[in-house]
Amino acid sequence: MTLASFIIQLLNGLAAAASLFLVSAGLSLIFGVTRIVNFAHGSLYMLGLYGAYSLIEFFGRTPLGFWGAVALSALAVGLVGVLIEVLVLRRIYRAPELFQLLATFAIVLVIKDIALFTWGAEDLVGPRAPGLTMAVEIMGRRIPAYDLLLIAIGPVVLGAIWLLLTRTRWGALVRAATQDREMVGALGVDQAKLFTSVFFVGSVLAGLGGALQIPREPANLELDLAIIADAFVVTVVGGLGSIGGAFLAAIIIGVAKAFCIGIGTVTWFGFEISFSKLTLVVEFLIMALVLVVRPYGLLGKPQAAQRAASEPAPPLQVPSWTFALVWLALLAIVPLVADRYATILLTDIVCFALFSVSLHFIMGPAGMVSFGHAAYFGIGAYAAGLLLKRFGLPMEAALLLAPVIAGLFAIVYGWFCVRLSGVYLAMLTLAFAQISWSIVFQWDSVTGGSNGVFGVWPAAWLADKTVYYYMALVLCGAGIVFLWLVLFSPFGYALRAGRDSPLRAEAIGIDLRGFQWAAFVLVGAMAGLAGAVYAFSKGSISPSSISIAQSTDGLIMVLLGGVETLTGPVVGAAIFTWLRDVVARNTEFWRAVMGGVILLIVLLFPQGLVGGLKLLVTRWREQRA
Amino acid sequence: MLGVKDLHAFYGRAHILHGISLEAHAGEVVALLGRNGAGKSTAMKAIMGLVPPARGEVSFAGQRIERLPPYRIARLGLGYVPEERRIFTELSVMENLEVGRQAARSGVPLWTEEKLFKLFPNLARMRERPGGRMSGGEQQMLTIARTLMGNPSCVLLDEPSEGLAPIIVEEMANSIRALKGEGVSVILCEQNLHFALGVADRAYIIEKGQIRFGGSMAELAANDSLREQYLSV
Repeated sequence: MTLASFIIQLLNGLAAAASLFLVSAGLSLIFGVTRIVNFAHGSLYMLGLYGAYSLIEFFGRTPLGFWGAVALSALAVGLVGVLIEVLVLRRIYRAPELFQLLATFAIVLVIKDIALFTWGAEDLVGPRAPGLTMAVEIMGRRIPAYDLLLIAIGPVVLGAIWLLLTRTRWGALVRAATQDREMVGALGVDQAKLFTSVFFVGSVLAGLGGALQIPREPANLELDLAIIADAFVVTVVGGLGSIGGAFLAAIIIGVAKAFCIGIGTVTWFGFEISFSKLTLVVEFLIMALVLVVRPYGLLGKPQAAQRAASEPAPPLQVPSWTFALVWLALLAIVPLVADRYATILLTDIVCFALFSVSLHFIMGPAGMVSFGHAAYFGIGAYAAGLLLKRFGLPMEAALLLAPVIAGLFAIVYGWFCVRLSGVYLAMLTLAFAQISWSIVFQWDSVTGGSNGVFGVWPAAWLADKTVYYYMALVLCGAGIVFLWLVLFSPFGYALRAGRDSPLRAEAIGIDLRGFQWAAFVLVGAMAGLAGAVYAFSKGSISPSSISIAQSTDGLIMVLLGGVETLTGPVVGAAIFTWLRDVVARNTEFWRAVMGGVILLIVLLFPQGLVGGLKLLVTRWREQRA
Repeated sequence: MLGVKDLHAFYGRAHILHGISLEAHAGEVVALLGRNGAGKSTAMKAIMGLVPPARGEVSFAGQRIERLPPYRIARLGLGYVPEERRIFTELSVMENLEVGRQAARSGVPLWTEEKLFKLFPNLARMRERPGGRMSGGEQQMLTIARTLMGNPSCVLLDEPSEGLAPIIVEEMANSIRALKGEGVSVILCEQNLHFALGVADRAYIIEKGQIRFGGSMAELAANDSLREQYLSV
């Protein structure tokens, strides 16, 4: 690489870092004060891009029209953020944090469909910035003038945020609330207003980050989850709540990506290494590396213990054997009375139930929230498919080996993850899922790349849908019961003790980290089993089985049913899968409907469906007593 | 000024306050005495709305406040100084004071940074120091000063003498007398009877979430058996 191309890639990276920084700074601000991991932040970025596109069309492609559109779009997105805070999040600040997360997933779904409805499914390519379409010659290469402007905007915004935070009363309140929001309230500060204003500023930053990208990137519907993953990585690498850290991390990641593209394919010692393929994964590699060395990010500090945290989870209630047997009997009868379609749908539900129960095991009783549980589901699915197609193993062997392979991956991923806790842990699980996804997505010769693997059909004796359903029911049901039994074994008690009080658990001699690692491997294998059963029922596997969307689906299932109950995740999986099927068959905008339903449930049953029903039953009994 | 009637409060499922009643008049210093775990801090948090009262009445400045959120209560002029101080460690002394600032209130002393620095001269020498790099005594001064920035007519002071060097405790007592001199009512939780005797006009004794005694400091000082039963360790 010559010096000139080095400089060019550096500038490219810095230009890309600007928007990344804006989005991440907004996310970091919002998280700091409200403690909400706002999954909808990427959606706000996407709206900023779409908004700028439309406003430029409206105002005309003049410098004034362009910059007016960018500014107006950012402000409009700020108002959307205010709307989200006032209409949804404000009502559930007292709910468990994970439930707030569920609400932001729902908002992602709703915004995606609003964008689909308003702007359609086609990519929209925006104009270049009028007046800035020329290129500047640097060391014999031409750099778009707009990129140089972006490079300047990053530090300017950083300076503006810094001034706002350190030189104004609002800034002092925000920083104080980041540490102890209850005390800020006791000093007479209206938290609701403060939260709304923080949401406004954070959302404006997201919207501005999006709007500024309009000359560089077409507006499309995939941006929301793509950019939220990037923003998570940047905030975590920089250190949660550290705006300076976000700036540093955005630059590191922006530049690293640019270099991966710039280097292209290199031959080292006879091996062809494609660096451009690394672009999708390099940020996650950086994040994994940083978190192992500095568990709180580059400039972050250990998170202060949260005040006024929600109460510890109540003890789990064991479902009775009669209850379980009745349900099992009902599930066994269904194919005899229902049609083929219902049987196939039930097979899906059974797979997702095991997926959801395994996720619940790790995030509920084991206390380690995973944002990347699809990794194991997907690895299980791919392992099954590849063992069958590439290694020629019999289907039965592939099916049984798949969970083992998912477990092996969980051994590696888990080793890193159990070293962290809280949001950092969640982000690292997301990172591993994305690393897995990008390998699967790009390794065409083995995994089939974006097409996936086809012809993954079960053995002849299982080919019938009804027979396959029974096998799925037996395997996944056994997995679920096994996980539940483990929860009530000494191992399960130790995990729950570790979740409720890590220090005390270690003080009585529990090797918490080892136990958590083992739990990781266990649920990884079980999710892998679910993925393998699912793969053979569909006959094909696509990279979406390992995507962020798949991970969030799992979270929605668990949280919808209720993380504090044992049966909740099963109910959540059933309702989510069934509802999605019904809605998707009837409208193109199934996401908005799903999102709306989830929001309704979040606002009406902050304990999850099963938790909420239990509460109703208890109240009813108390009234009668 | 402040009246509490039959106040009940829970922490999770634990019933902490079993119907306490007390009152404080304008310009009065009232001590709430009791052993560790008797319910003193919970009483203050329940009055302030930080632990929502399950039952009972709290009235302040002629208004019922038991259903109000803490910030509304603070804005009525009721100040709260927590036991753990809860200084904003990342913020400087001046910024900590800024967070506490509220608009002037009629009929109540108006506090400015400069006036507070006269009351707590130590703070004046460390205006730009982050709260996290102050000694316990300095933090205790700052947490009181921060609450005073809200121009309260009554201050709830949770264990102001706890964990402080004797000389600082004496300074603290002086500050409380100064507040009384300004006409600010003070309700303070204490385990340190000696400290309370030096500053308070009246006292209540709380034990297992119930008020066991209410009377003047002189009555309490004269009654050995009362002190033996509820306060001695």
